[in-house]
Amino acid sequence: MADALITADPKGTLTGAHYLDGDHACCEGALAAGCRFVAGYPITPSTEVIERFAARIPLIGGVFIQMEDELASSIAIYGAVWAGAKAMTVTSGPGFSLMMEHLGLGAMLETPCVFVNVQRGGPSTGLPTMPGQADMMQARWGSHGDYELITISPSSPQESFDFAIEAFNLSEKYRLPVILMLDECVGHMTEKVNIPPADEIKLYPRRYTACKPGEYLPFKPGPDMAPEMARAGQGYRFHITGLTHDEKGYPVMNHAAQERLVRRLVDKVRKRADDLVRVVEDGVEGAECVVVSYGITSRVASLAVQLARDEGLKVGHLMCKIVWPFPAGKIRALSGKVKSFVMPEMNYGQVVLELERVVCGRAKVALVGHGGGTVHDPREILKAIKESLL
Amino acid sequence: MSERPTEIKISGLGGQGVILSGIIIGKAHAIFDGRHATMTQAFGPEARGSACSSQVLLSDSRILYPYVTRPDVLVVMSQEAYTRFSPELNDDGTLLLEADLVKPGPLPPRLKAYSIPATRIAEELGRKLVLNIVMTGFFTAVTGLISGEAVRKAVADSVPPGTEKLNLAAFEKGFAYGKQLLTSGAGAPSLPGTYPLR
Repeated sequence: MADALITADPKGTLTGAHYLDGDHACCEGALAAGCRFVAGYPITPSTEVIERFAARIPLIGGVFIQMEDELASSIAIYGAVWAGAKAMTVTSGPGFSLMMEHLGLGAMLETPCVFVNVQRGGPSTGLPTMPGQADMMQARWGSHGDYELITISPSSPQESFDFAIEAFNLSEKYRLPVILMLDECVGHMTEKVNIPPADEIKLYPRRYTACKPGEYLPFKPGPDMAPEMARAGQGYRFHITGLTHDEKGYPVMNHAAQERLVRRLVDKVRKRADDLVRVVEDGVEGAECVVVSYGITSRVASLAVQLARDEGLKVGHLMCKIVWPFPAGKIRALSGKVKSFVMPEMNYGQVVLELERVVCGRAKVALVGHGGGTVHDPREILKAIKESLL
Repeated sequence: MSERPTEIKISGLGGQGVILSGIIIGKAHAIFDGRHATMTQAFGPEARGSACSSQVLLSDSRILYPYVTRPDVLVVMSQEAYTRFSPELNDDGTLLLEADLVKPGPLPPRLKAYSIPATRIAEELGRKLVLNIVMTGFFTAVTGLISGEAVRKAVADSVPPGTEKLNLAAFEKGFAYGKQLLTSGAGAPSLPGTYPLR
């Protein structure tokens, strides 16, 4: 990030080596990122995030509200953000469904905040205490209307911490809700989490306008297409609405205004998608088959890749940390070179559809899918790798 | 290729502290011994009084697969947990039993089984509640997987403030019992159909 960064507040940063589960680590990441407001409604397997926040925040200074439901939770954070706080809400599938209306509002109001979804098996109430990855398309398209958001999927407690910070940073930079998609396995898995000293944690500060109150236009795009915010209580009077609006924030309902606003909402992510590639590559160069994975499935897939290499197969592994926007450039560059892509995910085919779209017939694409409840058996992924190379 | 992690399952009744034992063992290995440890727990209808377990994987390299599938070490603190979890144990694995609460059936010949009256020891210390820490001390001594020093630090770091002294005493009792058992040879590999109760 080229913009001037600030460092984390030591008060919210629990520097040291800890043995934490992914939920707790996610909370610590949010606190280190400066999150001082959480509104949530408890739901397994995400509850530990807000439990920890509720216990920690009185000592740091901030607010936790247990709301009456997920609709209220997901709108309360917007109030906090426009008043000046960094805020998040936390849920799992059934609650995420209830938050969809406000997720779209967040995109429309360009409200920087973080939604955490600790995924469990679905649909409906499904498997509360077991993992799933079947909300990935919901994160992409769950609210009505056209919009682009950013979705991150960590594979360990350490990544839950690291990417909670990145989620807040990206939300401020792109002025939108960022969705952090854990799953039950990562959320309830306890491992070592290193929390660096506060001065080593770089934060993207909220961009406040330097305009005088009378001149401020809340939805006037900056050079990178994202608008600036105004400090609450400093005399700025403005209007925000979910209706299609002009730069002043007032409703203007016609095709031209829609085209100007919604195209920008989409383009501010799509046109900078190359800046949003967060992948870890393992042996991709010279591979005949590349496994593409995200979240907890990346770890199990790593084991399958090792097994395949033990058998002499040329297999690479592309682990996506940011899933939306999809790292299309990376995949496109590989698709002319490899024979096949294999994608394991805990659903019956979601992100793999995007993989197929980008590969566009230039290589085989195989899904290793199941409905959740446990992680993949690495041997199933190995089998798919072998079959894809036949 | 990373080594297969050592798989540990700690089982008992909800309320006996099987999760805390798992956290202490994982924390000792990952934080205080500087290696890798992943702990997961079976969530579900398990509540106080029914069979439950925590699962810990220990390794010198990064752990990829997060679950225990075939424990190398099974710690059992209730009969119900024994019935439920003992079939999973590796044939040449190590079984650690609470002597008064678990009566095992016939055991595979290569299995190593050891038992300790952890509840009685905990009661002698004045709090039956610390039986899991007695068991953790016993585990540390018998398996030798983690240094005693690391586990002591993890115990002190994990128990409620103000209870460190009691819990460390419980750890030492279990640890000494295990060491003594190993020296006396009473915990030698069992014969088929027998169980080595001391």
